[in-house]
Amino acid sequence: MINRECGVFRTTYQADMSLYGVPLARITVAAFALFFALVFPFVVDHKHLVWANFAGISIVAAIGLNLLTGYTGQISIGHAAFMATGGYTAAIMTTRADVPFWVGLIAGGVFASAYGLIVGLPSVRVKGFYLAIATLAAQFITEWIINHVEWIGGGFQASIIVPPASLGPVRFDTELEKYYLVLALVVLAVVAGLNIARSRLGRAFVAIRDRDVAAEIIGVDIFRYKLLSFMISSFFAGVAGALYVYYVGTATIEAFQISRSIEILAMIIIGGLGSILGSIFGAVFVVVLPLALEDILEFFRGVLPVTDIDTFVSQLKLMVFGGLIMLFLMVEPEGLNRLWRNVKDYFRVWPFSY
Amino acid sequence: MDFFLSLLVKGLTLGCIYALVALGFVLIYKATSVINFAVGEMMMLAGFLITAFVGLYGLPLAAAIGLSLLLMVLFGFVLERGVLRPMIGRPVIGMIMATLGLGIFLRGFAPVMWGVDKKNLDLMLPAQPLRLESIVVPPVDLAGVGITLFLLACFAYFFQRTRSGIAVRAVADDQQAAMAMGIRVSTVFALSWALAGITAVAGGVVWGNKIGVDQYLSLLGLRVFPVVILGGLDSIAGTIIGGLVVGASENIFGGYFDKYVGGGLKDFVPYVLMLLVLMVRPYGLFGREVIERV
Repeated sequence: MINRECGVFRTTYQADMSLYGVPLARITVAAFALFFALVFPFVVDHKHLVWANFAGISIVAAIGLNLLTGYTGQISIGHAAFMATGGYTAAIMTTRADVPFWVGLIAGGVFASAYGLIVGLPSVRVKGFYLAIATLAAQFITEWIINHVEWIGGGFQASIIVPPASLGPVRFDTELEKYYLVLALVVLAVVAGLNIARSRLGRAFVAIRDRDVAAEIIGVDIFRYKLLSFMISSFFAGVAGALYVYYVGTATIEAFQISRSIEILAMIIIGGLGSILGSIFGAVFVVVLPLALEDILEFFRGVLPVTDIDTFVSQLKLMVFGGLIMLFLMVEPEGLNRLWRNVKDYFRVWPFSY
Repeated sequence: MDFFLSLLVKGLTLGCIYALVALGFVLIYKATSVINFAVGEMMMLAGFLITAFVGLYGLPLAAAIGLSLLLMVLFGFVLERGVLRPMIGRPVIGMIMATLGLGIFLRGFAPVMWGVDKKNLDLMLPAQPLRLESIVVPPVDLAGVGITLFLLACFAYFFQRTRSGIAVRAVADDQQAAMAMGIRVSTVFALSWALAGITAVAGGVVWGNKIGVDQYLSLLGLRVFPVVILGGLDSIAGTIIGGLVVGASENIFGGYFDKYVGGGLKDFVPYVLMLLVLMVRPYGLFGREVIERV
């Protein structure tokens, strides 16, 4: 990830697809893992730990959407609907059937991926804008169903209270414990995402994205792989949704509205389409930026010539968010991941850059 | 029967005003093949501009609308040049995200400039509703229908009779052929964004009068999609039909079945309808059948 790849010349496909690009990468990845497991949670305060947790949940969802939109090229403006499916499955199963946490989590993913399969069916016939609209419709229909079917959502604008997650004797109650839970799932999601992307499955996805007709000619079953992409992507989203519900402790439709779908899309646009690392960058950026902005403006409270600072902050957040999406699309369509690669390329042969 | 008729009439007038918003979308798509997810926000901006000119600067209504027209046309130009031209040739998702981003930006920008509270956009219409036996049509809706029909007539004239209108149609048909015939494609793009600005003002006036001006006005933009999918993305006549169908069906379903499902069918039916149409006729009722199949 942060290793200089100077003098690395891959001569086999095997080497090109390996998880660790250079031998040193094993050490840096381990160092990163150790840092986030042992150092990070103890040097930051409670507030920033909360930020990290929200960012972690978003990373899981963003990796899922990136597999669908970035790798397979299928647009979804309804990813929050899959998160909602996962979240509500987990909430209903834990509160009514009293299943353990991990069952709820996996069931959330499975149900979401089944739902993703259904929503993804139009992708077999239409693509581009039409698919975007079909997923948008799925978003609205899901919101409506959760709001109006009492068995699922508990009534109009209601919420389901969910007990905190627990694994055997371990209960994830405090922020720190939840941090480890989120971290574990983020690691799983990243490893799964990287492995999907570099394996046969990921190559089929990329082939479909780059030219679907050509993909079909070289033997990629478009029908199967598109639906698979939808299913895998919604599985990630469902797990993220379930995790969110366990983390916050309530399942409400407010958390899974259209704005959330757009937020996840913005994450992968800002982070970089078709890149797992980019999904991480984007998710962290999109989650942390508004929170940090809030803090900065809080600092200027009283100095700013506005009366109602809270609404001002929320409006300003929208402006910055929307502005950033446009800026990235115009200036760096390949996102933060590209910027990071540029930095890396600069240092590749540094200091002898000739 | 009376109940049904009144629901139908209400739905049809509503649909007419939906079509007004959808018109802005279709104009842009037809000429520039840009998918504008920010139609609702542009309409909201126009509404905010008008109320600001009237409320804050004390201009008469007509002058405020005139100024807003000018500003929105300008806004269309700037948007086309600054944001959307760099997107040409990029994947569809770039365009969708750019306009979504623009929408989010505007939703933050307008209230920061002019306040979050709901403002009234008073058109000084007579308060007396139009009565036809048991059917009551409020003057707001009548004005909406009137403005929609007027704009449609204007656009029909423009596209069929004027030189620049024919140029827009030529570009919509085949950009390269149009270029070869000496039509400046960039001018046509700018022109269509200007037209979209005009429809945004019209939509802002009608909807602002109907439900008041605040950031929630922009949510109406999302209603556009069932309308345009139904009618066909590039058909102006289709938007009207689509609008009427969506307006009527959501009102009739809402009126008859809301009590069984606890309300909210208004937000549900259009999208279900749209999904069905998408499955059977993805290019809509009147759209050109050049949709890319997989």
